[in-house]
Amino acid sequence: MRWIVNRREVEREVDQRTSLLDLLREHLHLFGAKKGCNQGACGACTILVDGERINSCLALAVQYEGREITTIEGLGEPGALHPLQQAFVEHDGLQCGYCTPGQICSAVGMAAELRKGVPSYVTEDLDAEIIALSHDELRERMSGNLCRCGAYNGIVDAIHETFGGLAAPAPKREAA
Amino acid sequence: MSGVQDAVQAVVRKAIALAPDSWMPGGKPDPLIHHKHGLIGAPVSRIDGPLKVSGKAQFCAEFPMERLTYAALKYSAIARGRIVEIDTAAAEAAPGVVLVMTHRNAPKLNRAPPFMSKPKAAGPDDLPIMQDDRIHWNGQPVALVLAETQEQADHAQSFIRVTYEEQNPVIALAAAKAKGGEPGVFMGEPLKQKVGDAEAALAAAPHKVDVTYTTPRHHHAPIELHACTLAWEGETLRIHDASQAVAHEAWTIAQVFGLKENQVRLTSPFVGGGFGSKLLWQHQILAAAAATIARRPVRIMLSREGVFRIVGGRTVTEQRVALGAQTNGRLDALIHTGVVAMTPHNNMPEPFILPAKSVYASKTFFLDVETVKMNMVANTFMRAPGEAVGTFGLESAMDELAVELGLDPIELRIRNEPDKDPLTGLAFSQRGIVQAWRDGAARFGWDKRSASPAARREGDWLIGMGCAAGTYPYYRMPGGAARLTITRDGHATVAIAAHEMGMGTATAQAQVAAERLGLPLEQVQVLYGDTLFPGAVLAGGSQQTAAIGASLIAAQRALVKELLKLAGNDSPLAGLGADEVGGFEGGLCALDDASRRESYASILGRARREEVAVEAEAPMPLELEHWSMHSHSALFCEVRVNIVSGEIRVSRFLGSFDCGRILNAKTAASQFRGGIIMGLGLALMEEALFDERSGRTMNPSLAEYHVPVHLDVPEIDVIWTDEPDPHAPVGARGIGEIGITGVGAAVANAVFNATGKRVRDLPITLDKVM
Repeated sequence: MRWIVNRREVEREVDQRTSLLDLLREHLHLFGAKKGCNQGACGACTILVDGERINSCLALAVQYEGREITTIEGLGEPGALHPLQQAFVEHDGLQCGYCTPGQICSAVGMAAELRKGVPSYVTEDLDAEIIALSHDELRERMSGNLCRCGAYNGIVDAIHETFGGLAAPAPKREAA
Repeated sequence: MSGVQDAVQAVVRKAIALAPDSWMPGGKPDPLIHHKHGLIGAPVSRIDGPLKVSGKAQFCAEFPMERLTYAALKYSAIARGRIVEIDTAAAEAAPGVVLVMTHRNAPKLNRAPPFMSKPKAAGPDDLPIMQDDRIHWNGQPVALVLAETQEQADHAQSFIRVTYEEQNPVIALAAAKAKGGEPGVFMGEPLKQKVGDAEAALAAAPHKVDVTYTTPRHHHAPIELHACTLAWEGETLRIHDASQAVAHEAWTIAQVFGLKENQVRLTSPFVGGGFGSKLLWQHQILAAAAATIARRPVRIMLSREGVFRIVGGRTVTEQRVALGAQTNGRLDALIHTGVVAMTPHNNMPEPFILPAKSVYASKTFFLDVETVKMNMVANTFMRAPGEAVGTFGLESAMDELAVELGLDPIELRIRNEPDKDPLTGLAFSQRGIVQAWRDGAARFGWDKRSASPAARREGDWLIGMGCAAGTYPYYRMPGGAARLTITRDGHATVAIAAHEMGMGTATAQAQVAAERLGLPLEQVQVLYGDTLFPGAVLAGGSQQTAAIGASLIAAQRALVKELLKLAGNDSPLAGLGADEVGGFEGGLCALDDASRRESYASILGRARREEVAVEAEAPMPLELEHWSMHSHSALFCEVRVNIVSGEIRVSRFLGSFDCGRILNAKTAASQFRGGIIMGLGLALMEEALFDERSGRTMNPSLAEYHVPVHLDVPEIDVIWTDEPDPHAPVGARGIGEIGITGVGAAVANAVFNATGKRVRDLPITLDKVM
């Protein structure tokens, strides 16, 4: 079967039970997406599929044949970090670093949702075309990504710094 | 311990207490304490940040190996008894299965020496590991399946059928209490202390509170699942683990398998959160046993349910706090007693009386922890063991006493500030809690709080403020040692078997080492998390900062001695001793004469050496017996409680800390906030539900064991006094655990101020304020 992972085509034979997360980790050795619960409760496995964030532990690899998958490794790397990755370092939006790739991928996906006007539980104006990134909007939408070290304040600051001016066009790299 | 040993120990302790300050480690303040404008305290971004944000930091389950097999565990469904029959035939026949291991075919293993029974012991308990048919808790591993893939292992595991014979488990707390308790002993010290007749003083006091608080079981719930990847490499067992005690674990695993200590090489470069849980549990030993039989490398990553089943957490407590006071608020009696549960096979009596030993002056004390035994997974150390839950009781009771007296709760605390350690009589090494209270109160706007409850309402929300003190001792454990290497081009490497779990150790210690050696930060590297490095440095008890600090001081002294020897008589440093010289701008310099100096490059160049390497051990931590050394915090919380739904939201939180010198303002702030956030979980939502009919944890998942999420957490303000502890390395006491202490009470006291409802049973869920 084939998938496009971080802009490259990959081909593997996998068990139909293999999750997208295990495909990435155990078969492609892309360990950036993390396993924290394997049941969709912690968000550590968050990746982008065609630009939308999903919990890769709840997705079967076979369901996603041919789709464009972006993992943390596809966003940036040391020396050429994505602006959000850089902001996480500067605002100390991490401690142990285990939930971090999921937080970052999730925030990139969240920004796209706001731009499309997808409302949330705390959205005041449901008709808005673009939803502003308020403090509550951000925290509500990121609540599926747990951080047990409690780096939440730094994470929020990093996301605000990177995506605070959401009326602006999307940074080029993130739709990769 | 015998009476003679006790007596000898008491005499030694007295002698250390009375000895001159200058004989103690830290007796002469570390010269680095006076460096005010260098790297110490600078808000340096964490060195491993770029690796972590790009997914390149390699955690233990992320090491590929040839011919790797994957493990899955089957857990016991009863709490106590024996396995009558275990049918593994279908599992063995399942596709991809390499091995099914049960007590019938597991290799003979020695018991793991339990934690604290020997200097490097790290066993979770003293139980045999898959050696017989006995069941000791609901969730104990009864079989391990190895297969070519994780999917195959998980599936095959589901085919195993076990028949049990249950034998009268003790799984209800009331039943355990009815069987009678035993006195708790923690780190060799009885958890029982009496000064005067506290009950009589309480009875005679004009003002008093006498109430019971309870706290439930908690789980560390680090986001990284417990895991390891291991293989036999010849005679060596190579383990990639997530560990906060590499040297302890390796030693203990060597005992289990009858190996020499150096036949176990264990590394742990990154740990995805620990909080006390990333120690030795059965999974590493079972994986190594399976690798022994299968002769294949093994990866084991517990399921989230598996972590709840076999990795112990913080145990349940019932605490009585009774305070008797004069009308001016001064305490006549401080009673803190109660019951905690543990197992018949471990020794971790949650020491909730520790805060009461040093925070307040009182004419009389009675402190006592009684333990009862239950059949459950061995409970263990979880962030601020004792203090996290003990401060909930003590600091809630102080708030209740303030209400009873009609006194401001901060004023009540300050009036009970002791001038020396209330139980040992030792001098405090440094104590700035009053300053922390005053700074915090001003910044938080405490003067705007209404003293009477339920006085402030906005729409459907009642708003209140509460405060509490937090406290955590300075620890430094024996076993610190470091290797220090310096090269002719002025690069230094510190190697020490310490740990980085996100505390910022690698970054902060690189700052300290660079400052101490007089080198730029970029030229200093701190290596850690490997049994090939010296030292047995537990990442626990908030002691790593001090343990590494003292090891580094010893190593630098050894290095200076060696360099002075090499420098010889032609150096401007000739004639100086190691104590008269420090690191300065790329070389050594006389401490009292900046003109007498020589660069590392020059010394090594003249000696025709490319590098000099030394190894040294930290002195025994006698300072702990000579001074009373504690960190403190003053915590301020504002909550909003919905009068319709009972929903409780924390809207503001401030932590004002007094922890000695802060080594890195950025990572320290994160650690303080992280502790506070875990404290918000303790206050409002965390509770492992233990089924007292089956002994089984009922919510073994992150969907049902609730921890704080983004929307639960406001911006948390943190400030600190930054006053150095003159008797600690670099003036710093560890800060990993103090953040969580006191938070439960600060929230509960704010809830009382908002609603007039006093919640004494954690967590403070909405049903309790309706």
